[in-house]
Amino acid sequence: MAFLEAEQLFKTFHTANGDVEALKGVSFSVKKGQIYGVIGLSGAGKSTLVRCINLLERPDKGRILLEDHDMTALTDAELRKERQSIGMIFQHFNLLMQRNVLDNVCLPMEIAGISKKDARKKALEYLEAVGLANKAHAFPVQLSGGQKQRVAIARVLAGKPKLILCDEATSALDPETTGTILHLLQEINKKHQITMVVITHEMRVIEELCDEVAVLESGRIVESGLVSKVFNDPQSEAAKRLLLVRQTQDILKGTGE
Amino acid sequence: MQMEILAQYFPLFQEAAVLTVKLGLAGIALALLIGVICAAVQHFQVPVLRRIAAIYVEVSRNTPLLVQLFFIYYGLPKIGIPTNPYLCGVVGLAFLGGSYMAEAFRSGLEAVPVIQTESAESLGMNRAQTMRYIIFPQALSVSVPALIANIIFLLKETSVFSAVSIMDLMFTAKDLIGMHYNTTESLFLLVIFYLMILLPVSIAGSILERRLRYAGFGA
Repeated sequence: MAFLEAEQLFKTFHTANGDVEALKGVSFSVKKGQIYGVIGLSGAGKSTLVRCINLLERPDKGRILLEDHDMTALTDAELRKERQSIGMIFQHFNLLMQRNVLDNVCLPMEIAGISKKDARKKALEYLEAVGLANKAHAFPVQLSGGQKQRVAIARVLAGKPKLILCDEATSALDPETTGTILHLLQEINKKHQITMVVITHEMRVIEELCDEVAVLESGRIVESGLVSKVFNDPQSEAAKRLLLVRQTQDILKGTGE
Repeated sequence: MQMEILAQYFPLFQEAAVLTVKLGLAGIALALLIGVICAAVQHFQVPVLRRIAAIYVEVSRNTPLLVQLFFIYYGLPKIGIPTNPYLCGVVGLAFLGGSYMAEAFRSGLEAVPVIQTESAESLGMNRAQTMRYIIFPQALSVSVPALIANIIFLLKETSVFSAVSIMDLMFTAKDLIGMHYNTTESLFLLVIFYLMILLPVSIAGSILERRLRYAGFGA
C-alpha cells in the first residue's frame, strides 16, 4: 500500500507574461519509510510539486492521498492540523531572526497547544538529536548555514512528523556541510521511520540519500525507478543530461586538483 | 548674552516645551494609528479602502504642514465644524504623519519574503498566527528605523504650530523677541530646548535599532 500518492497533478500559474504550466499530470507513489527523490533542472516544476503535497499550492487538478486520505478534500482547519505532521525543510532555513534557537524550535509546539515548559523540554531533546544542544540560547545570526539547517530540522522533528518534505535543503550549503546534513536526514529516516520526499537539482543528494527517484522535466515525470537503475542506465534525455552535467563537474574538479 | 535674561525666560520655555511635547506625542500616536490602518488596508488590498488610503497618502505627503494647518484652522469652522488651536495642531500633525507612518509600515510588511508565510503555513499556523508570530515582528523590526526618523521629523514639524496661535517653543521665542528684542537669548534657549526634546529620542532610537538586529531574513 502506498503511503503517499500523487494522482495526475496539474498546476498552471497565470502571470502577467502569460500562463505557465508548472505541472502537467504528475503521478508518483511513495512507500512508508522510503526516501523518495525528485530531481530536475531549475524550472522543471520541482518546487511547485513539493508545495502541492502539503497544499501550500493547491493543484488545479489531481489528488494527494496521504495514508489513503485525500488531502485536497480537507477543510482549512483539518489541513492545518495535518500540516503539523508534515514537516518541511527549506533551502534558506526560514528561522525567526528575533528568537533564539530554543524559541525557534518551541514556537510550532506552542502554537499546537503544548505548554511552554513541555515544549522547552522537548525542544532541548530534539536539539540534542541534531547535535546543537549547546547552541540553544544562540541567535540564528550567530550560526553557520549547516547549523541553521539543523535548527530547522529540529523544529520539524518537534512536530513529530510522519512525512518530511525537503525543498533543496542542502542547496545553500557547501559540499562538506551537505554531507553532514544528508547523513543526519538518513539517520532520522532510519531511527524514526519517517518517510521523506526530497526535491533537488543535485545528483549527489539523490545518490547518497534516496531509495527511488523521479526525473522531472517541464512539468512531467519522464523517468522513475530505483536510484541505481535510473543513474546507471538512464533512458530519458533529461536523465542523460543530468548525468552529463555531473560528469562534466567531475572532470572539472579533477583538472582543478 | 545675559545670564539673568536666560534665567528669566527659562520657565516660559519650559512651559512651552511641555505643551510642544504633549501635542507632538498626541499627534504622533494618532499618526501611528492612521499609519497601521492605511498600511494594512494597502497590504491586504482591501477594495475601495485601498484607493482612499492611496489618495490620502499622496495628498498628505505632497502638501506642507503649514497649509494643512491653515486648512483645518480656517476651513473647518466655515463648514460648521468648530475647532480650536490645540485640536487643529494635533489633527494636522496626525494628518501629515499618518502617511509617513503608513509608508514605513508598508515597506516593513513588503520586506518580509513570501517564503516566511509558506514556512509558517507548513508548520500548521493559520493566517492570524502567521501574522502575529511571523510577519508582524519581522516587519516591525524593518520599519523601526523609518518610524523613529518619522517621529523626530514630526516633533520638529511642531515648530509651525505657532502659525495657528499655539504657544509652543517657536511661538514663545518669537513673542519674546518681539517684546524685548533679546534675540540672542531667545534663540539660544529655543535651540537648547529643541535639543533637549529630540536628542533623547534620537539616542533611544539608535539603541533600539541596534537591539532589533533588523538586517536579515530567513537565517
